[in-house]
Amino acid sequence: MTIPQERHVLVVFPHPDDEAFGVSGTISTHIKRGTPVTYACLTLGEMGRNLGNPPFATRESLPEIRKKELQASADAMGLTDLRMMGLRDKTVEFEDDEKMVGMMTDLINELNPSLIITFYPNLSVHPDHEATARAVVRAVRRMEDRPKLHCVAFANNTLEVLGAPDVLHDVSAVRDQKMGAMKAHISQTVWMLEEMENKLAQGDQETENWLTKERFYNYRWDQDFEETF
Amino acid sequence: MELVEVKKLQVHLDAFANRDVYLHLETTNGSYATHFNEGFFNAGAFIRNVVINYELGKVVGDSPHRVGLKLPHGWVYAQGITHYELDEHGRLLLAGHDGSGKLAVALEISETPFSY
Repeated sequence: MTIPQERHVLVVFPHPDDEAFGVSGTISTHIKRGTPVTYACLTLGEMGRNLGNPPFATRESLPEIRKKELQASADAMGLTDLRMMGLRDKTVEFEDDEKMVGMMTDLINELNPSLIITFYPNLSVHPDHEATARAVVRAVRRMEDRPKLHCVAFANNTLEVLGAPDVLHDVSAVRDQKMGAMKAHISQTVWMLEEMENKLAQGDQETENWLTKERFYNYRWDQDFEETF
Repeated sequence: MELVEVKKLQVHLDAFANRDVYLHLETTNGSYATHFNEGFFNAGAFIRNVVINYELGKVVGDSPHRVGLKLPHGWVYAQGITHYELDEHGRLLLAGHDGSGKLAVALEISETPFSY
């Protein structure tokens, strides 16, 4: 599927590295075309568990490492408008819900995006992902003229609930940028990348497809996850 | 961080006793535990920047160790502690890292508040 030209793309995820595996190719494609892309990353992944054994970081030194990795990922994608929103990892769902909607509404009002990318409510596994998805959907629901809303879903029951993704992007032209974004988050991705590179070296087609195609769902307003907020 | 040596860590625990200190305590299986293993019962707890004043701190056992702090009206303890560090800000950071390098438990004390 050809990626349509957008006016402005807003990407909202809670953790550094949430963008890397499933979305960095799409982000890089828009940037390559000169489309402005804003990435609002809500936390610094302060509660990441990959600290190594022997440890390469502590609970207290991890945020600074992940902040640098996030910036390096943005650089790899060519992204210049990176917003670190200052929340704490694993606490997003406990923030005031209306405050979260307000944070999203402010971003949308400022940037006037034609496309927003986030997680799919109830199908994104991590509590921070779910809270982010709810806040974005609620903010967009209130708009008169809604932008497109593309959501990442990866819960084990995703296929049962939504069927196959209805948005499929070929990002093979920006493979290097995508690899760069994944490698930027090396503290959290080193094991996964080693496994992936082994499979790629063996010519594993499934891994190649996974790397060069990105999958999203248009948010289904006719099956909204809640009636009102 | 370095592997816990009971005698060395005990000296650090003693140094923070009988004064107000900020506490960070967490246990975690990770937010993906139930995603990768659907029958898994995922439980954990987190507390950060609560002030305590302990009268006795002890590290016990072979690695992974247990660490307990006796308070005037209660207790704090963590099990599974493997590593520790007195960091450049003078904070005592204890952690339990499993064989795959993932943090499972952390107990930290500091005279100044931890970042938010």
